[in-house]
Amino acid sequence: MKKTVLGLVIVGMLAGCSSVATKPAPVVDTSAQDAAARAAAKAAADKAAAEAAALERARLASQVNPLTDPSNILSHRSVYFDFDKYNVKDDFRPMIEAHAAYLTSHKDAKVTVQGNTDDRGSREYNLALGQRRADSVRKALSLLNVPESQMEAVSFGEEKPKATGEDEAAWSQNRRADIVYQGE
Amino acid sequence: MKNSWKLRLHGLVLLLMLPLWAHAAMTIEIIGGAASKLPVAIAPFVGAGDTYRVITDVVAADLARSGELSLVDVSDLNPPLTDPADPRFSIARKRGAEAAVLGQITPLANGQIEVRFRLMDAVKQTQLAGYSYTANVSQLRTIAHKIADVIYEKLIGVPGIFSTHIAYVIKQGKRYELQVADADGQGVQTVLKSVEPLISPAWSPDGNKIAYVSFENKKPVIYVQNMLTGTRRVLANFKGSNSAPAWSPDGSKIALVLTRDDGSQLYVMNADGSGLKRLTFGGGIDTEPDWSPDGQSLLFTSDRGGSPQIYMMPATGGSAKRMTFEGHYNVSPNWNPNGKSFAFVQRSEGRFRIAVMDMATGQVQVLTNTDLDESPSFAANGKMIVYATEINGRGVLAAVSSDGKTQVRLSDRAGDMREPAWGR
Repeated sequence: MKKTVLGLVIVGMLAGCSSVATKPAPVVDTSAQDAAARAAAKAAADKAAAEAAALERARLASQVNPLTDPSNILSHRSVYFDFDKYNVKDDFRPMIEAHAAYLTSHKDAKVTVQGNTDDRGSREYNLALGQRRADSVRKALSLLNVPESQMEAVSFGEEKPKATGEDEAAWSQNRRADIVYQGE
Repeated sequence: MKNSWKLRLHGLVLLLMLPLWAHAAMTIEIIGGAASKLPVAIAPFVGAGDTYRVITDVVAADLARSGELSLVDVSDLNPPLTDPADPRFSIARKRGAEAAVLGQITPLANGQIEVRFRLMDAVKQTQLAGYSYTANVSQLRTIAHKIADVIYEKLIGVPGIFSTHIAYVIKQGKRYELQVADADGQGVQTVLKSVEPLISPAWSPDGNKIAYVSFENKKPVIYVQNMLTGTRRVLANFKGSNSAPAWSPDGSKIALVLTRDDGSQLYVMNADGSGLKRLTFGGGIDTEPDWSPDGQSLLFTSDRGGSPQIYMMPATGGSAKRMTFEGHYNVSPNWNPNGKSFAFVQRSEGRFRIAVMDMATGQVQVLTNTDLDESPSFAANGKMIVYATEINGRGVLAAVSSDGKTQVRLSDRAGDMREPAWGR
């Protein structure tokens, strides 16, 4: 057999090849791109922090801050959940009632309820589950007459674990909603 | 016989990967494969000495990684086979090859190279395909992947996916990066760096954009980033969480999840962010929308029945039909591009594994044997599924064939990898 000429040269392929782009995709660095926004946010945060600190000093002058006093139930902030569950267990009722009483008597106080999950399973489902946990705590506070304007429920899903490790001890620590006061 | 190809394969893969570790590439380990593989001999492409050896190596590694072809070693023949009329051509056949690849590389005056190859039926000694490519020397791997695609399609009958890309998130310490790699784990490019978590990258159908969820504003917000220009914009930043973006097959719409009204609910908007429309009204968890290849339906995860299960509904809204019934945790649906099955994560006896459901029969097949599998994503030809799993406490990416017979592990030596999305 004579040496076959490579007859099946496909012109489209040739053209396609020379146009194959292998130049590196540009990189976006969120820390650089948002520097201005961050500076503005930091200025606002600094101002808020200064105001909060002033309030704090005034409060400390007269009494111990009940929110951070270890002997006060208000220093307890975490509600823990069972696997794939978002119902608030009865053990946490007294703590939630204490925060509701504080918020209804301190109209200037605001809280963010941050929902979290363990790291097993779907990240998106866990984000939604963390939101449900945060919403459960927010709704429990709402039923105790805390206005929605004093609360926001957000979720970190499984992205910000408190405990690392692949055992029930770590997982149970991460199935959690935290009550965080503004300025903390 | 079986053992000998495995040994040869491992030798080949190691040779290929060792020099590339320096470029933060991934290593690839192949486990198992189809019961009957088509044996192919790949003669080293001759020309310019060993300068362009990478082309032969990449073609061979791609084909072996498919799990559907086995490599017949003819590298001991010197000079290498280039001509089917060569009397030594019958050696490939004697060693069991049913097909043979012969190639030549010619440096051109302008600094480019011409790569020519022929795919031969080793039994009939007839040509199955012959192509020629002209390329810059910086594109050796790109050319090799294209050659592997041609060979795979001729021999297996479906398009190859060796020229495609996989997007994923890697966490190193407290830093997160969105990266894009070639389907073989090489050619890693970082497209986004952040100190806050990144999840749920989703390719636009044309492969030019990636939507993703970033926590850089202390809550989940959806961005769309153009891969060609590097520019990005906020797609959805409503009150509460914004997550789970999914492009419609024609690229005109994006399904997403918002918590702004009541619980986590499905919405759809135009790809430019206009025309937001709510699709579900349950008040519980509806998330992880995934479009059918014809754009008519969405699969999604919902806890409306008391546990997370997969449902299907019209993409324009309407009533949903429950798809999964086995077990109490079925999540993360991803449609096979053939429209006939979908991959998902099933929790069973405390293990999270990748499974596929045949939509005509409802039959479920578990594909993996690991414990913490997440985020299945089909390749464009429906033959392989990439997913995230954990080995020794570290996140790695792995791929499994849609019949479960071939498993491939892609791992990076430095970092926690997750959230793979297989693009075009």
